[in-house]
Amino acid sequence: MIKTDVVIIGAGAVGCAIAHHLSKHMIDVIVIDKSSDVGGDASKSNSAIIHTGFDAKPNTLESMLVVNANPMYDQLVADLDIPFQRVGAIVSATTDEEAALLPKIEAISHENGVFDVEILTADQVKERIPQITDQIKGGVWVPRESIIDPFIMVVALAENAVANGVRFLLGSKVTDIIVKNGAVDRVITETEEIQTQYVINAAGLHSDDIASMIGSIDFTVHPRRGQFFILDRSSNLETPHIILPVPTKKTKGKLVSPTTHGNLLIGPTAEDIQDKQDRSVTKEGLDEVLHGVKKLMPAIDVTYAITEYAGLRPTKTPEGYEIYCSDTTEGFVNVLGIRSTGLTSSIAIGSYVVQLLKQNGLQLIKKPDYIAKRKGIRKFSTADMQTRKQLIENDPRYGNIICRCETISEAEIVKAIHSLVPATTLDGIKRRLRPQMGRCQGSFCTPRLIQILSRELNISPDRIRKNDKGSELLFHREDKP
Amino acid sequence: MKILDYDVVVIGGGPAGLSAANTAKKNHANKVLIIERDDALGGILQQCIHPGFGLHEFKQDYTGPEYAYRHIETIHQNNIDVFLHTTVLQLMDGSLIAVSKSGLMKINYRSLVLAMGCRERTRGAIQIPGSRPAGVITAGTAQRLINIQGQDIGKNIVILGSGDIGMIMARRLTLEGAKVLAVVELLPYLSGLLRNKVQCLDDFDIPLYLRHTVIDIVGNHRVESVTIAPVDDENRPMIDKAWSVPCDTLLLSVGLIPENELTQQLDIIIDPKTRGPIVDQTMQTSCKGVFACGNVVHVNDLVDHVSAEGAKAGKHAAIHAQTKTDIISTQTRIIPKEGIHSVIPQIVIQDEQDDMIQMALRVSTPAKKASIIITSNDDILYKIKRNHVRPGEIQMIKIRPSLFKDLDQVSIMMEKES
Repeated sequence: MIKTDVVIIGAGAVGCAIAHHLSKHMIDVIVIDKSSDVGGDASKSNSAIIHTGFDAKPNTLESMLVVNANPMYDQLVADLDIPFQRVGAIVSATTDEEAALLPKIEAISHENGVFDVEILTADQVKERIPQITDQIKGGVWVPRESIIDPFIMVVALAENAVANGVRFLLGSKVTDIIVKNGAVDRVITETEEIQTQYVINAAGLHSDDIASMIGSIDFTVHPRRGQFFILDRSSNLETPHIILPVPTKKTKGKLVSPTTHGNLLIGPTAEDIQDKQDRSVTKEGLDEVLHGVKKLMPAIDVTYAITEYAGLRPTKTPEGYEIYCSDTTEGFVNVLGIRSTGLTSSIAIGSYVVQLLKQNGLQLIKKPDYIAKRKGIRKFSTADMQTRKQLIENDPRYGNIICRCETISEAEIVKAIHSLVPATTLDGIKRRLRPQMGRCQGSFCTPRLIQILSRELNISPDRIRKNDKGSELLFHREDKP
Repeated sequence: MKILDYDVVVIGGGPAGLSAANTAKKNHANKVLIIERDDALGGILQQCIHPGFGLHEFKQDYTGPEYAYRHIETIHQNNIDVFLHTTVLQLMDGSLIAVSKSGLMKINYRSLVLAMGCRERTRGAIQIPGSRPAGVITAGTAQRLINIQGQDIGKNIVILGSGDIGMIMARRLTLEGAKVLAVVELLPYLSGLLRNKVQCLDDFDIPLYLRHTVIDIVGNHRVESVTIAPVDDENRPMIDKAWSVPCDTLLLSVGLIPENELTQQLDIIIDPKTRGPIVDQTMQTSCKGVFACGNVVHVNDLVDHVSAEGAKAGKHAAIHAQTKTDIISTQTRIIPKEGIHSVIPQIVIQDEQDDMIQMALRVSTPAKKASIIITSNDDILYKIKRNHVRPGEIQMIKIRPSLFKDLDQVSIMMEKES
């Protein structure tokens, strides 16, 4: 049996951010996830935007956490080496009815404490985004809406936590939580038994299943599916800013956003579904995305689509953030209702949860030797010629290009496989470095990645997986020597 | 950074590049270099272990590696330099930057031959709905995993697309012990060669469903089934007639795209139809001294055609490397019209020799009997009858450039005969 002070269930953005904040203190923390990599369910497929909270429902916990989180990112991305750009967003009105709503958007923004918004005329919007529709009637400029690499964000939080002593137990589903004398005692997983004082339920989509392990619950969580497209860099379509639609009563609408890697992202849908594993894209969903974004940018053309994917936002009924200590089970903390804004708010949720634990008697003493900085893998593609030369001199594998679409070298792949939160699957490598994410979608590099993974992990190629158990790419061959 | 000088540099060591390099040497280019990013020469031929190569060129039925070996032997005899495991990062006018484990190098060239081949169209590009499990794989990737890496990619297979690699893999997988349950093609006709349907599908009783498509992929971790549906005249799936096929693998053979990301660094003009550079009959692109051949120009049906294009590019690259002044000649644009999808070359130039040139055409629809016609305004300059033309098979015609003398442009079209 393993002993620890705090177990965090869920290695998504929220779980990893809580771990990151706790790792500054002299306590023992274990993060558990059913998946074989960090990144959770919702954190890995979303619109990759760090919001300001300008459009949140005022005077809610969600509004407070999102609004507080946004300014924290400048320091966080510098400390943890996360791709991030403050590109700003324009809420773009394409009809007179929508234009009439812009002052109200500005007023709500002010009510949320986001004062740096500005109403723009149609000409001003057109000047900033030349490819926006000619039907543009005006907009609201939200300068601090930002874009981030959501995979690297979670990996960076997790790696920094590991550097500071946090342990991760991945690919091991929590099956039970044992309560003794009204207090949390043990967490049972598929592979381990962990004795702990505190359990933090950051299980997102599965937070209802986890909460119900200690007693009856008065809420449910279902997935709200969002479908997206990623377009190739060569598409000649561009926008320097995020283009947000004016939300209607029925829907928040479809957005167009640059990504930190120079692609264009369009989406999402918002479909309430039941199956917590259903990440399918559908013809109807993709058509809906296309129809929606063409209102903002008519030139959008899916000939240049690289990929389509769907993410599942955890949607709690009743809706709204809820973060609290259980009043029936001592040491159990619920972090509930963290929906699509959770990528942004995670970092504020982390410090909020730490405060909550402190108030509940967890002794928190600052680590004297806390490591505040994390450095990502040095990239060949973005380095200048002099740096490239040095990289190859120090490690010749930097000169062996494995992914031609994104120019990723063998050295980077090997480093990801042996990093603090190791990439042991094709998706793990993809999310950290982007091979298989370019225009050929891995047609060229997949066979080579399988060879490198097999060699570095010292396992047979037929055990290399796309992601979780059961996603092996190859079949075992009996006739092999 | 290491600096090297060559007369002719060839990017890509597949059939186009091998042929270009050998022919450049034969035409007295002094220093010739092939840059190849894989660990051996031969390109995709290395993984094409089936026969059917070299029937035109060597009057022999070779496998891919055998065919490649004939050319590679000559490369070594000709003392042509070969850099393996080397990737070109940047193309500039007169030089390029490449990288390998031994470091970065700047390579100056007098003539450049682009022979990078093509890549496979992916699931994302055609937006197949469904989940995203392991087991959705392009046919060429599967071919490498099976034939070079000795792996087993699946047991129960559905193939989407009737391209040549897909049909060849249907046979290959069957021989490996897998069950190929269906080959599904959206179009009313085959995308690949008829001979591949006969030899790879019919001979193994593999069903081909024309005018059908895959409308769903099911499975969270590994493919569990796909849903196949017939399509109507506007390619819309008829959902009520759809059926589910339990399988573990969906193989995609839905088209090839010339790989021209490097080409675009030189601002070379690309033909939107072929997605490759526009070339004249010497295989010269819109950039002087830069030639292109093989699947980087347009997707070919037979390797023999690729080698023939490579030879043209290599010869003229060698001539260009040895000539100080550029010959200015008049040009004629060849415009594909009704019934013709694309044509190579897109430009014909006049020269004194007036050598016969070969034009490669892809028709846009199949026809039992048809005429291929070249016109200028309303004058018919050339007409030839062909039987059984198919979009999957390239039509070759031979023409003398002087036929187009003093014409800015001519049109090429196909007329179906009833």
